[in-house]
Amino acid sequence: MAKYLMLKHYRGGRPSVNSVPMDQLTPDEWAAHIQYMQDMEERLIASGELVSSEGLAMEGAWVRFDGEGRPPVVDGPFAETKDLIAGWMMIEVDSYQRALDVASELSAAPWAGGTPLGEWLELREVMSAPPADVG
Amino acid sequence: MTEAVPTPGPAAALRRAIPEVVGILVRRGADFASAEDAVQTALVRALERPGPEGVRDIRAWLVTVAWRAFLDQVRSDTARAAREERLAQEPESGPVPQHDDTLGLYFLCTHPVLTPTSAIALTLRAVAGLTTRQIADAFLVPEATMAQRISRAKQRLVGIALDQPGDLSRVMRVLYLLFNEGYSGEIDIAAEAIRVTRQLAVLTDEPEVDGLLALMLLHHARQPARVLGGRLIPLAEQDRTLWDVDAITEGVAILQSALACDRLGQYQAQAAIAALHADAPTADETDWVQIVEWYDELLTFGDSPVIRLNRAVAVGEADGPQAGLAALHPVGEDVPRYHAALAYLHERAGVTDAAAAEYAEAARRATSALEQEHLLRQAERLRQPRR
Repeated sequence: MAKYLMLKHYRGGRPSVNSVPMDQLTPDEWAAHIQYMQDMEERLIASGELVSSEGLAMEGAWVRFDGEGRPPVVDGPFAETKDLIAGWMMIEVDSYQRALDVASELSAAPWAGGTPLGEWLELREVMSAPPADVG
Repeated sequence: MTEAVPTPGPAAALRRAIPEVVGILVRRGADFASAEDAVQTALVRALERPGPEGVRDIRAWLVTVAWRAFLDQVRSDTARAAREERLAQEPESGPVPQHDDTLGLYFLCTHPVLTPTSAIALTLRAVAGLTTRQIADAFLVPEATMAQRISRAKQRLVGIALDQPGDLSRVMRVLYLLFNEGYSGEIDIAAEAIRVTRQLAVLTDEPEVDGLLALMLLHHARQPARVLGGRLIPLAEQDRTLWDVDAITEGVAILQSALACDRLGQYQAQAAIAALHADAPTADETDWVQIVEWYDELLTFGDSPVIRLNRAVAVGEADGPQAGLAALHPVGEDVPRYHAALAYLHERAGVTDAAAAEYAEAARRATSALEQEHLLRQAERLRQPRR
């Protein structure tokens, strides 16, 4: 039993199989894409596996500490960023194989022309509690 | 409906009564899924609305309230009108303790049709008597997800009778998995695992169940010394005065009487290893030769790379790091903690550079943040020896 994070990338990831850019989708195609992910969320709740699922706004900024008493340094909105996370789903599943299967299902969300997007999802295991002492 | 609600104090007693009450409802004619739901309703009612007066017989109270909740549920289902008629005429007799029912519940909740994840969730609810919210909190998942996980598990069990004999080794495996989950928040999951294993030991006459209970007690006894100031403390460096002496004493006593039955198994062998650690006043006084012998014994119950890895570390202590490295080599680097063991043995052998590199590699592969931080500190320590 482990938790896995599936990260979706707007850009910065590998190119999807269906490479039509997002802004060229028809409203119906976009609606079908969103509906697929909502249905999938519901399936993962029903299977007792969903931990969380969120989409992220496109706009964002880089922020960092710039010394005591100074305002943070802000760089944005994402003028030069190469990597942009679109959102995530976190699941808790019985096996790595199951995590692969769920990720594959998410990657198959319909895109332009109703064919699967085939996007590359970044699959990462979530850190867990430490193992027991040896012995 | 005027019966007093139990006060918050008996929450633990309430939970202890859960498996038996589920069994009583099933024997009265409820199916397992509905019985379990009804008992959960009664439990939540008791926990949410503590009354001013205590209830002497918590089990009887739970049976009454749960049975009514069950009848309400049946009555609301008009398609089951005929069944309601039959069930409503059942007498509300006082509960009769039936150990077989409780044991049957363990078998049901760990039935082979369930995945380990589902079995753990269902065991925590139907046997340990935790609420869905408590289980969800403990495993850091939303309550809706946990509710569905439990509900699906119960759906998979439809048609499987409570009184079917089950596989005790599977029950033990699930309880051990539960114990090792390691999460804790409001509820100490490891303590819950110990509690339901203790109950199982009463219901069965199997030295391996006692062995499992002893193993859990001996490991849990070290819990207060395992993490200090947010840092993972390895066994050899733990402050042994922090170990829970009562738990160790009990664990050793249970193990000794289990071993006296002369029906050795993997849990007794693992508990014996834990007992040898517990027995050593300091890490240096650990009887590693005997520990290696117990690992050899353990391997006779099933070969596993994890056991071989732990054995290799013990061999390194008993016969020197070179012997340990020789034992570790065939285990293979895909086994969790292989690089940590390799690093440790290299350090003991005085090969500091290799040890530092292996600690760093082990940290890279760690799947626990605490362990990763510990391994990074080891790598750091070897790269920059203190003056």
